[in-house]
Amino acid sequence: MKTLRNFTPSWLKTYAFLYVIFLYLPVIFLPIFSVNTSATPKFPLSGFTFKWYGDLTRTPALTDAAWNSLLVGVSASLLSTIFGICAARAITRYRFPGRRTINGLLMAPLVLPEIIVAVSMLLVMLQLGLSLSLITVVFGHVLICIPYSLSVLTSGFEGFDRSLEEASSDLGESAFGTFRRVTLPMVSPAIISSLLVSFTISLDEFIMAFFLTGTEATLPVYIWGQLRFAAKLPGVLALGTLLLAGSIILLTIAEIVRRRASNRTQNMGGMIA
Amino acid sequence: MPERSMIEISRVTRSYGAFKALDETSLTIREGEFFSLLGPSGCGKTTLLRMIAGFDTPTSGSISVDGQPMDGIPANRRPTNMVFQSYAIFPHLNVEQNVCYGLKRLRLGADEEKRRVEEALSQVSLTGLGKRGATELSGGQRQRVALARALVMRPKVLLLDEPLSALDKKLREQMQVELRRLQQAVGITFILVTHDQYEALAMSDRIAVMFGGKIAQVASPKEIYQRPVNCQVADFLGGMNFVKAEIVEENGASMILDTPGFGRVKTDKPAAFVRNGKGATLGIRPERLRVLWDDTTDKYEVAGKVVDRHYFGEITHLVIEIPGFDKPLSVTETNNFGADDIPVGAPIRLAYDPDALVALAD
Repeated sequence: MKTLRNFTPSWLKTYAFLYVIFLYLPVIFLPIFSVNTSATPKFPLSGFTFKWYGDLTRTPALTDAAWNSLLVGVSASLLSTIFGICAARAITRYRFPGRRTINGLLMAPLVLPEIIVAVSMLLVMLQLGLSLSLITVVFGHVLICIPYSLSVLTSGFEGFDRSLEEASSDLGESAFGTFRRVTLPMVSPAIISSLLVSFTISLDEFIMAFFLTGTEATLPVYIWGQLRFAAKLPGVLALGTLLLAGSIILLTIAEIVRRRASNRTQNMGGMIA
Repeated sequence: MPERSMIEISRVTRSYGAFKALDETSLTIREGEFFSLLGPSGCGKTTLLRMIAGFDTPTSGSISVDGQPMDGIPANRRPTNMVFQSYAIFPHLNVEQNVCYGLKRLRLGADEEKRRVEEALSQVSLTGLGKRGATELSGGQRQRVALARALVMRPKVLLLDEPLSALDKKLREQMQVELRRLQQAVGITFILVTHDQYEALAMSDRIAVMFGGKIAQVASPKEIYQRPVNCQVADFLGGMNFVKAEIVEENGASMILDTPGFGRVKTDKPAAFVRNGKGATLGIRPERLRVLWDDTTDKYEVAGKVVDRHYFGEITHLVIEIPGFDKPLSVTETNNFGADDIPVGAPIRLAYDPDALVALAD
């Protein structure tokens, strides 16, 4: 028994270690090569430089792409959060036939092959006579972001006691006033979390953006275009590092906000019970 | 106490599909009284309260508050305020912000608002805790905040939905006294929903006992306890001995019943009494029977044998078999005279007050 018990953890530790290396090694190479003086990514490293980062700001196509990504990200996250609020409220507050089915349909883009969805979206946009632009990219991103927004928001809406809204109305507040003074503050952490998560997803998303954009590229599309030129690789690595850092920071904030909110509602729930 | 009516409930029914949560219920609640709706869970008491508050709508019938019909008036425009079972304290606001939540809409000005919040907090003994966060409060404090938040609106009627059920026994008893005192101080009509008969008896001016969507009896605590209209009410309001009796004579407001042990007894006829053959039930509370010690005698006594004994600290419960009775009698006796030492199997004599015998409709 004892030997088995001792053996298992050490074996598990090795496995876990290798697994993490496999997951994160490529991610670690990105920042390492982005500060290497040599233009080709290989060991040994030749020297330390921030030159590639400096070059980024002097590339107009890149700053355009960054601006496009920001526009698309902000619009997509706002829209998917607004739709998410409506859907989450309906799903958590009202009982209606087909409630589960609708929830399932809204969550489906999570598991549908993205390339198929992108091609279908492209067909629909063309059929509708919409010319491809950043706006069509926003439509695509909203579709992808809604499942994430919805799941974050649903847990936010589910977390609080129905009688809080009744109490507000009992104290003379109108339906809209109740939403503004009670519901919104209670779910605001979930809303912030939803905005951050969907912004991050939109920022990194490639397939939809590639199919649905016209002449304006978003950052991932720009990066993909640059990969054909070996000389541009260090710049791509620098840009990739920045995107990676940005995503990690945003998702960390989103998670912290979400946990705080769930702590708050759970504490109250515990006291009630 | 003024006899003006504050709430009129007339022929109110609330059905959910085939199930009637409330069935043709009519009730008048007077201004300034502490009124309790008492009954087991599912009897419709909470449904009735929520309809007065405006969270639920009668399927038929009407409710008026202070002479104003409430049909179609939403909860936020009714002169009622509610203390919720879960308290429903806004967790993102502190105590003060919770209490002045409803005042904000009245635009009273900062000074008046502050004065009324202070007043409400002092009424519930929470002075000085205004800046405390909602999540940092104990159960009892949360209950007080919920009370202050409702009282500060100066409602015509305060509705309390099982407000003490989440508190432990000591705190609950303390709050019963405080709530009663508070109600007398502010003079607002209080309507309390509870399933705890002692709570209702201790606090109310009048009680409505409800079963299965219907009101069985409306009366003062003393009358409800001493003169229940039927076996169901009698049984819900604490212990009761039920003895089968035969109707000898029935005339107007009184009747004469015959039982093997108590003999012929003349009692008031309950309002809800419906004669069903010759049989009826005679009830007597366990504490209205008294053990006769040694050679003492009484004009009204029955004799039997102790078959069981339960010790409860200040009192002892004796179960006594009496020849001729279909069921043994329960007797509650204080332990002053050694009731806790009466051995099981001992012969015993009991005295009773014929006035404590009450005829019950089945």
